[in-house]
Amino acid sequence: MKFIAFHLMPYADLDLSYTDKYESAWVTLPNSYYDPVKGHALYNRYLDELEFADRLGFDGLGINEHHQNAYGLMPTPGVIAGALARRTRGKIAVLGRALPLVNNPLVIAEELSLIDNITGGRLIAGFVRGIGAEYHSWNMNPAFSHERFGEAHDLIVRAWTETGPFHWRGKHYDFPYVNTWPRPYQQPHPPIWIPSQGSRETIVWAAAAERKYTYLQTYSPIAAVKKFLDMYRDEAQRAGYTATPEQLGWMAPVFVGETDAAAREQAKPHIEAFANKFLRMTPEMVRPPGYLSLTSAQGVLEAKASQSGGDRTIDDLIAGGQFICGSAATVRDQLAEHERTLGLGHFLALLQFGTLPHAATMESMERFARDVIPPLKHAATHLVRR
Amino acid sequence: MGLELHTVEGTEVSVMRGGSGPPLLFLHGGDAFTEWQPFMAELATRFEVIVPDHPGFGRSETPPWLDSIGDLAHFYRAFIEALALRDVILAGHDLGGWIACELALRDARELRSLVLVDAAGLPLAEDGLDPFMLSPDALLRASYVDVARAPERAGSAKNALMTARVGWQPRFYDPQLAKWLHRLRVPALVVWGAGDRIFPPRQAAAYAAAIPGARTLIVADAGHLPHLEQPVAFAAGVIAFADGVRA
Repeated sequence: MKFIAFHLMPYADLDLSYTDKYESAWVTLPNSYYDPVKGHALYNRYLDELEFADRLGFDGLGINEHHQNAYGLMPTPGVIAGALARRTRGKIAVLGRALPLVNNPLVIAEELSLIDNITGGRLIAGFVRGIGAEYHSWNMNPAFSHERFGEAHDLIVRAWTETGPFHWRGKHYDFPYVNTWPRPYQQPHPPIWIPSQGSRETIVWAAAAERKYTYLQTYSPIAAVKKFLDMYRDEAQRAGYTATPEQLGWMAPVFVGETDAAAREQAKPHIEAFANKFLRMTPEMVRPPGYLSLTSAQGVLEAKASQSGGDRTIDDLIAGGQFICGSAATVRDQLAEHERTLGLGHFLALLQFGTLPHAATMESMERFARDVIPPLKHAATHLVRR
Repeated sequence: MGLELHTVEGTEVSVMRGGSGPPLLFLHGGDAFTEWQPFMAELATRFEVIVPDHPGFGRSETPPWLDSIGDLAHFYRAFIEALALRDVILAGHDLGGWIACELALRDARELRSLVLVDAAGLPLAEDGLDPFMLSPDALLRASYVDVARAPERAGSAKNALMTARVGWQPRFYDPQLAKWLHRLRVPALVVWGAGDRIFPPRQAAAYAAAIPGARTLIVADAGHLPHLEQPVAFAAGVIAFADGVRA
């Protein structure tokens, strides 16, 4: 199994009492809650954490894109990737760029190609549709999300692989002179990963024989992770091949403490802030109409059912398998078990979450790198199905 | 009232039809009607009332070609032709009013008059509530002055999806529409609920100012759905307007 240190770069200084006045940390939370002086310190702290993870021997660093919220402060992940590029050695995984949100997908082709060139081919390119709330924040029509994702993807891959200039004529995009400079460093193009919450259309598309893209299940109850990774494997079989562990990944928050009890005590307020304050969204934000097809909507509703409703405690999150927390031995054993039952090739550890402070993040990260990664790193994945 | 199925432009649509007299084609807003409503019964005393579920809404099929209000305007031109409707009173609420305007600008030959009810299509003069950010319950309450008058029915994911598809961005308007409404030569009535919180009543004035000779009827004690909330007053207003046009 390979390990990526993933970061969301939340606004950890968020005044958590915002919920007295506002219903969500997304879309409508006034940006007066953001203090740029604190933000400056946070960005540099987070970059330090990621550089530390690189020195600790993680296979890569993971970042992503979010807009207009306190949950994730990377509206342009290429800027963060650029800041990491010169002082790191491992992979840089941009997981991912939200293709349907932009009106010109070639800016994404250029941005990712630029990172790939600076890093000499250390880029992993993630493509996503964006969170439902971002269709409100950027006012992109969610009912065209799948169409735009597909067309933008095709355009970017063609821009990466075909000698320009050529004319792209599509339903949503028209560019008479597609001629991307710089071309990507990796040939034919950087590896493409597809993070998702479990949209069936996305899984079928990613697993198709002509793509075989690595599918990454994002923060979800463990039962949903299993369901969607199995769905990917089944789709691969239907497409005439067997999916390898390298095609399957999972992202979850992790905290490694001195002991199980100490870990729980230390992580409790921060993971509960993550789940109940930073991720707080109304159903209308999460699922604007058309964001999911009518058939897919039901599946995700079921998967996320345990995440909505009232506040979640650390015990709920650990019991649901959404949060991995404990001593190094406990975390290692749980991950080994998940690797066996899920057939995972990649684990993305979210080692900072919510309000978790710097020192605690660094200690947990160090324990993870020292005591959890080595015994799991070279173990071959043997999937035990169901 | 009869329930009919018609296939137009390759799409099977469900149509409620009742009454007799000149044809009145009523185009619904974001939600298709599931039942024959009291305002339809009132209108059916004077008109042949024809209420289709738009393609992609309610009981109708979802065609692959449906991307925009313009597509629906073209569809209803074909619908009027397929059903051989002549001298049509074209009424539309919300999205349906927008469709009606787009249709009338494209081809008004078969239209006797136009009735726009709390219609989408023009940019809002003042902010209203964003229906896409309201819970189904909050949206229901926001749509009526008195929610007890709401016909009992649950919102449908199918209707919401297609409403977003044709109306998300720009949010329920076409920046081109306002430029050409002055070309309308069809007698028009603009009906608005005095208490509309989705499209505030200043929109009625914007429509009335844009369409030459348009008359305005503000329905008291009604919100975004005056035809459902005050069916008798609504129908009486439409009938009086139609009588005026005929005379």
